Amino acid sequence: MIRFEKVTKIYPGSQAAAVNDIDLEVAEGEICVLIGPSGCGKTTLMRMVNRLIPVTSGSIYVNGKNIMSLDVIELRCSIGYVIQQIGLFPHMTVSDNIATVPKLLKWDKRRIQARVDELLNLVQLDPVIFRHRYPRELSGGQAQRIGVARAMATDPPVMLMDEPFGAIDPINREVLQDEFLSIQEKIRKTIVFVTHDIHEAIKMGNKIALLNAGRLVQFGTPEALLTSPVNQFVKDFVGADRALKRLDLLKVQDAMLKNPVRCYDTDEVQAVHQYMKEKELNYLLVCDSQDHLLGYVNHRDIIDHYGKIGDRVKPMTLTVSPKRNLKEALSKMLSYDIGILVVVDDNKLVGILNTMTLAAVVGQTYDEQGGRWGKITAGGRIL
Amino acid sequence: MKANTTSSSRSRGWVMAGLILAFATGGYFQHLGFFDFAVNNPAEIWKLFLEHIYLVVISSTISVSIGVPLGILLTRDFMRRYRNWILNILGICQTVPSLAVIAIAMTYIGIGKKTAIFALVIYGLLPIIRNSVAGLAGIDPVIIDAGRGMGMNPAQLLFRVELPNALYIILAGIRTSTVINVGTAAMSFLVGGGGLGDLIFSGISMVDPGYMLAGAVPTCILAIFFNWFLGKVEFWAVSPGLSFSSRRDVSP
Ligand SMILES: Nc1ncnc2c1ncn2[C@@H]1O[C@H](COP(=O)(O)OP(=O)(O)OP(=O)(O)O)[C@@H](O)[C@H]1O
Ligand SMILES: [Mg+2]
Repeated sequence: MIRFEKVTKIYPGSQAAAVNDIDLEVAEGEICVLIGPSGCGKTTLMRMVNRLIPVTSGSIYVNGKNIMSLDVIELRCSIGYVIQQIGLFPHMTVSDNIATVPKLLKWDKRRIQARVDELLNLVQLDPVIFRHRYPRELSGGQAQRIGVARAMATDPPVMLMDEPFGAIDPINREVLQDEFLSIQEKIRKTIVFVTHDIHEAIKMGNKIALLNAGRLVQFGTPEALLTSPVNQFVKDFVGADRALKRLDLLKVQDAMLKNPVRCYDTDEVQAVHQYMKEKELNYLLVCDSQDHLLGYVNHRDIIDHYGKIGDRVKPMTLTVSPKRNLKEALSKMLSYDIGILVVVDDNKLVGILNTMTLAAVVGQTYDEQGGRWGKITAGGRIL
Repeated sequence: MKANTTSSSRSRGWVMAGLILAFATGGYFQHLGFFDFAVNNPAEIWKLFLEHIYLVVISSTISVSIGVPLGILLTRDFMRRYRNWILNILGICQTVPSLAVIAIAMTYIGIGKKTAIFALVIYGLLPIIRNSVAGLAGIDPVIIDAGRGMGMNPAQLLFRVELPNALYIILAGIRTSTVINVGTAAMSFLVGGGGLGDLIFSGISMVDPGYMLAGAVPTCILAIFFNWFLGKVEFWAVSPGLSFSSRRDVSP
């Protein structure tokens, strides 16, 4: 979708190249994160795509067409651009700011109005409150959301985003990143995304391009950068804790043991007890007939009892959704001092996570079946 | 909000004090018989008053329609290198006294309204050019970049982004120029341009305060009026989103 071919930029009056012989391809519908130390050429590389900066040599293709063969105004109108310093027009209301490109393209009023409201809702700002505000009446985070909304106004297939969440505190940044990723899941834009925060890069990028002093050092998936850094610079850049960073990258559903052993509320207590004794299990999960998690039973609690398991269930309060990342899951386990976390999707039991699977993930020894521990905990229905 | 009410009540206080003072002086002059001329010749004063307004409006309009485009031109990229040179030269020109400008104009164009207007235009030009340049050059380059990046052509950039943002400073220049112009226009009389200067200069040469005041007081009123009116224009024309604007209470 966007292809850089041997792109070099030397600013007039400077000897060193700000961008040096870069080959890069951003696939359609993917987020490509440009990352690197300050001054490494991220902004320069990005701004050459919409011709705000002329290339010195090499060529750039958008959608298969050389950008130099396109009309510059049309090119820019077809690319959403979020600039590093937000750059909202101070004399325009939020609504007019968002409507900038639609107005350039002469959309009719009603369509613009509807689109503005739609976008405000998308970035989670109430149109009634924010539509008529001026940029100076916004917080930094709100302004950045408007900046993003403005770039998305005409639904351009390609977006250039230069540190779009840079001015936001860490907590709200996480929220915005999550929001943005869930939007991206639906809209599937081709995005070049600049950041200098490695966490953000790992979280947002389908691919990461690590630059240093104008050169492309490594280009690949976040996974590849973390597991097989090509040189010391990459190692240093992603940090000594890169093994831990993989926890950021992986979702609970990627690491959990699927189909864990369970019993059902209609099972006989003594049969379950017998099974637990055989397998030396202290605890066992209990589901109803639709596999909704009801809770668990403790081996000791059911020793002398008869009847149905359903009457002996203890509720399970700590669970995790398969969509969360492993770091959150681990932090939950550590803060509640538990070795196992039950994975529940919409109340349905889908898997379990224990410290050993997590350790395996970090150490990369884990396989699809859940490794050595799969035998004990996977297996589904027991009776 | 609070600060606003107190500051506006304070300025109302000043207006009251000024009015009382004006009435007191007026009463004193009346007592000395200074207003006899004005009372006896309203038609003549009215005619000169209109003439004065005509001179000011025409010359300021021409100054604006030359000055603002010139300011725009000077802030285009290709002019950047020459900008300060040109502004310096204009600054030096401005130090030539208005009287000299009028005199020089007269030697070339002769006497009459045309000469007066020509001189007033020249003299009123600099504050407008200077403010237009300052306003346009002072715009945060980031927002211009944003406009370009979103696909605005140079004209759209100028009219939708640059001018609205520079408007406050440009209008302030126009206001200064026009108010100065009201005073300078009094000298039109010297080249046969008419206006209230007629009364002022005749009054001076005849040592007749009544005559002189009949010209000076309306000139002052005119200056105050233009200042107030253009202030209102600024107030309504400048976007409330800009920090200069006092049109909207903004929680910081
Ligand atoms: N207009 C310019 N003229 C000359 N040199 C420039 C210009 N813009 C950037 N540079 C230089 O080019 C290099 C790359 O700049 P660039 O803005 O692309 O860095 P960046 O990776 O975006 O940095 P940051 O993370 O700080 O935003 C820097 O060394 C910078 O000094
Ligand atoms: Mg940058």
